[in-house]
Amino acid sequence: MSGKVQASSALALAGSGARPDTEGRIWAFGSTILKVAGLAAFAFLLFGPLANLVLWSVAERWYTPFKLPVSYGLRYWEVVFRPTGDAMTSLMTSVGIACLTVLVALAVSIPAGYALARLKLPWRTALMILFLLPQAFPSVAIYINVARVFYSIGLTGTITGVVLVHAAHGLVYSVWIAAAAFAAVDRDLELAARNIGASPLRTFFTVTLPLAAPGIMASAIFVFLESLDEFTGTFFVGVPQVTTLPLLLYNASMGGNYQIASITALILLVPSVVFMLVIERFLKADVLSKVGQ
Amino acid sequence: MDSPVSAAIDVDHLQVNYGSQRVLHGVSLSVSPGEFIAILGSSGCGKTTLLRTIAGFQKAAGGAIRLFGRDVVNTPPEKRGMAMMFQSYALWPHMTVLGNVGYGLRLRGLSKDEIRSRVAAVLKMLNLSGLEDRKVTNLSGGQRQRVALGRALAIEPRILLLDEPLSNLDAKVRIQLRSEIKALQSRLGFTAIHVTHDREEAMTMADRIVVMDAGRIAQVGAPKEVYDHPNSPFVASFMGAENTLDLDVRPAGAGVEVRAGDGSAASYGGPVPVGPVTAYFRDDNASLDDPQARVDGAIVLPGTITQRTYPGGHYRYVIAVGDRHFTVTDDRYHELDRPVGLRLPLASLHLFPQTQTSGGFHA
Repeated sequence: MSGKVQASSALALAGSGARPDTEGRIWAFGSTILKVAGLAAFAFLLFGPLANLVLWSVAERWYTPFKLPVSYGLRYWEVVFRPTGDAMTSLMTSVGIACLTVLVALAVSIPAGYALARLKLPWRTALMILFLLPQAFPSVAIYINVARVFYSIGLTGTITGVVLVHAAHGLVYSVWIAAAAFAAVDRDLELAARNIGASPLRTFFTVTLPLAAPGIMASAIFVFLESLDEFTGTFFVGVPQVTTLPLLLYNASMGGNYQIASITALILLVPSVVFMLVIERFLKADVLSKVGQ
Repeated sequence: MDSPVSAAIDVDHLQVNYGSQRVLHGVSLSVSPGEFIAILGSSGCGKTTLLRTIAGFQKAAGGAIRLFGRDVVNTPPEKRGMAMMFQSYALWPHMTVLGNVGYGLRLRGLSKDEIRSRVAAVLKMLNLSGLEDRKVTNLSGGQRQRVALGRALAIEPRILLLDEPLSNLDAKVRIQLRSEIKALQSRLGFTAIHVTHDREEAMTMADRIVVMDAGRIAQVGAPKEVYDHPNSPFVASFMGAENTLDLDVRPAGAGVEVRAGDGSAASYGGPVPVGPVTAYFRDDNASLDDPQARVDGAIVLPGTITQRTYPGGHYRYVIAVGDRHFTVTDDRYHELDRPVGLRLPLASLHLFPQTQTSGGFHA
């Protein structure tokens, strides 16, 4: 008796549910199509220019009426990677400057980040903003003046000058991220070390720094990438003696040599992609949540 | 200076400020060597601040802390020679169990082999043998807190500070670790200060209990003494005497007559304050009786049962007497809405004069 009642009410439910079900299926189908279209548009925006770069890098001859290169070949790759070629030299210069920049930035950001995260500094916010300043003003205006000052003390055209410019530019990332990384280290972990006999310095090197290391690594990588990509500062301070990869790229494309420019751009892309993958592993949410605090 | 009965920890009029706010108002406490002290209080009462000031993590604004006669108020934490267990375990996630437990030994310049064998001995003591090379992040909560205990004990400290180390653990692990810590303490003989908000934990572990309230010590004493003879309404209610009842005490003959607001009265011979008093009592001090019952040395208040719960072992009732509600435990089952007598033996009430809040009498 009660079973029958249940069965009929179940039927009624199924009947009333039929219409929303079809409607729901249409909605689901529509949203899938929208998602696919969106992804395709995004992929085109992302990979379209890249495809163009790759095409240019293997195009030996390509002129106006043709939609695709006239002849393909690896001649320009060979030119770029020739041991005596400009490209390899400027790649070495770029990597060397980037490494030095990382060292300078870390030498400032580790103590500064620790101080900002742990000590009760009266002008904490002002100090944090101070490191942001190089990014806050039009870079060309700043670099013209920097070049003028550097010229008077003999730093223009030197690696040191370029490294300093890059480091000033990279400090905003490294100091802010380092401060966040140190702030994410639980104070009790340091106190536990102090408590059983470690000096403040020993505590810093055995507990605080190793625990903040992933964040510091990430900040180093950011600085490295920023330095590798940096153009304006290098242009005003380093030219003509110091030629980095972005400057070579600029010269090549200004001179109409799109193959060299494309290949240089592709080379510049490699470390960025590699490091982005590494950063994704190193930068944890608990560090990111403390950036700028 | 080094007297033979020098206290392990002697806190003398200790004052601590957070910014401009004073959180400890001149706390004094003396702990004998080998004693287990529990500091009990609700959150924000200053108990953790007191512990962290003893450890050296927090600067004192005034007063002294002497460890075995040596004043350490201006000594950095690493030179105070104590060890601490944290509520958050505070294990270093980038080190193995061996690295954590052996850290203090490495600081003391022991050789690798020596550290390994000492750590193995400590781990054996804590039933963690063979976990040396395990990452601490792969351990359960109970195991982590045992590793933290091992890290603290590995340096053979004379003083162990416990900052609510058990409050993040499951009930079962908590009770187990409670007795393990207590057993290790009596075996190794270190002095321990245990901060907790768990009354039962403090009672079962400590030789003496310190109850703190708003940056001051409210009462110090053996667990039974504090439980049975709270010296203030605060301590009484903190120790579980949450029912309050206003009474009037008048001299009558050789003893006194205690009268409740509704007219029920009883005569009593014990020492009690005279005048208007507030009685504090735990739900297990009261019992249920016939509404018309007259019992010597007890007040019986007529009321009705409004609620019944069964937490296990006995029933807990809420009794309405006039517009007041009291909780009472009783072994027997009673129907709801039944008139009953709430029997309060005068000997187990904590009576405090209404005009002042401290200096209570214990009937």
